[in-house]
Amino acid sequence: MIDQTQSFRFFNRGPSPAVRLVFFAMLSLLLLFIDARYRYLESTRSALSVLVSPIQQLATLPGVLWQKTGDFFITQSAQRSLANETEVMRQQHQFDAAQLQQLQALQLENRQLRNLADLPQRSEFTAQLAEIIYAERDVFRRKVLINKGANADVLIGQVVMDEIGIIGQITRVYPWLSEVTMITEKDHAVPVQVLRNGLRTILFGAGDTSQLSLRYMPVSADIRENDLLVTSGIDGVYPPGIPVAKVIKIERDPAYPFARVSCLPLAGVDKHRHLLILSSLPKLPERPAELSGSDAGKRAKNRSRN
Amino acid sequence: MPFPATHAKPEIQRPVSNPFIALSIITALFMNGLPWEGVWLMLRPDFVALALLYWCMHKPWRVGIGLSWTVGILADVADASLFGQHALAYSLLAFGGVVLHRRLQMFDLRQQTTHVFGILALTYAVYALVHWQVNGYVVWLYFMGCITSTLLWAPLSIMFQAMRQVSVDSERRHRERRP
Repeated sequence: MIDQTQSFRFFNRGPSPAVRLVFFAMLSLLLLFIDARYRYLESTRSALSVLVSPIQQLATLPGVLWQKTGDFFITQSAQRSLANETEVMRQQHQFDAAQLQQLQALQLENRQLRNLADLPQRSEFTAQLAEIIYAERDVFRRKVLINKGANADVLIGQVVMDEIGIIGQITRVYPWLSEVTMITEKDHAVPVQVLRNGLRTILFGAGDTSQLSLRYMPVSADIRENDLLVTSGIDGVYPPGIPVAKVIKIERDPAYPFARVSCLPLAGVDKHRHLLILSSLPKLPERPAELSGSDAGKRAKNRSRN
Repeated sequence: MPFPATHAKPEIQRPVSNPFIALSIITALFMNGLPWEGVWLMLRPDFVALALLYWCMHKPWRVGIGLSWTVGILADVADASLFGQHALAYSLLAFGGVVLHRRLQMFDLRQQTTHVFGILALTYAVYALVHWQVNGYVVWLYFMGCITSTLLWAPLSIMFQAMRQVSVDSERRHRERRP
């Protein structure tokens, strides 16, 4: 039997493959340019994600099933380890409760002191729990998708952490999902402070490994191995004082102006399934920036010209 | 030992139903969406590319550059990559498949595999090139996926062939039962 579709369309081929390729390649390049440069297509993307997300949800099923069956067949030894885990957690809870008491006392004291000194109050942030649905399937990037989206009032720029430290930041919000960019993403920056001496600096992701690095640290900077880095809260994106990373290696080569400092993230950046999304961080007043300065400069120039 | 030619029995080649093509592409998207991680993510074959290439080769009048581009856009949404990144790569892939389809259909599986490797390498290179242009770096291990995809070509096309055959056989039996 001859393929009918082929014989029917023998004389009616439409534009040749090369023409089609050029057309679609140009269209792709145009879309690429618009998406990379202007980010105009986010609404289209979230509309199309409604089409794709059933397939994605289905693709997570094997993993979920695997986990559930694992949970279901708990053996004797696993039960013992569970008992151990409960014991450890109970001890940890008591320890934490004692510390929490102290923290509350300190918070009260801090509030009073801030009142006395006429400083603005430190604001508390609330958090909501979310679960990682799938990890990014792009080899180049370090992102995960979590199960809270615009329906749970997640906003772009909110901070995501686990119980130890910062994991990343929300970079894209879909109706039912949102995308978290890890701090280990290439060129992702977090403003940090060295806990030991309050030295301010910026922590960058290294991309292909789970490492982080401090760039532009002068060779003479007071930084040591095992120093703890916490967020400085300077740009208003990250709340202050949350652990981020630990310095593991410092190379001071006098041939270069800067020391090479590599760090490891403290939080289980690629370990856990449950994450916390921090919300309602206080809005900082808009940065006056160079804009107003240059405006003033222009105005001054104009005035002088007039 | 020569591989068996894919068109050993040309008389049973019949038009494939559109739902079958759609289902195969959706399954490929599903396979790409499975939770691959770490090394496995590097080694992950691109099932969507393979499915598209298969159909572009065997049914070039129905699955062509336009459909591949559309699937590429869906893949872009699924992977949260830039709009047009997969689409560009897949339209090139489809072009390769459509232009070479007569030659590829004459070949046996081994000769096909060498051609498919070339087409896939080009596709992967275009994807990586776009990424390099936009983000300024490339992970070279990414090209491992190209090799695993090529290795998967022969089993996949045998599987597709067998599935098409099954549907033909069952239909013939059905027809014989009816007088």
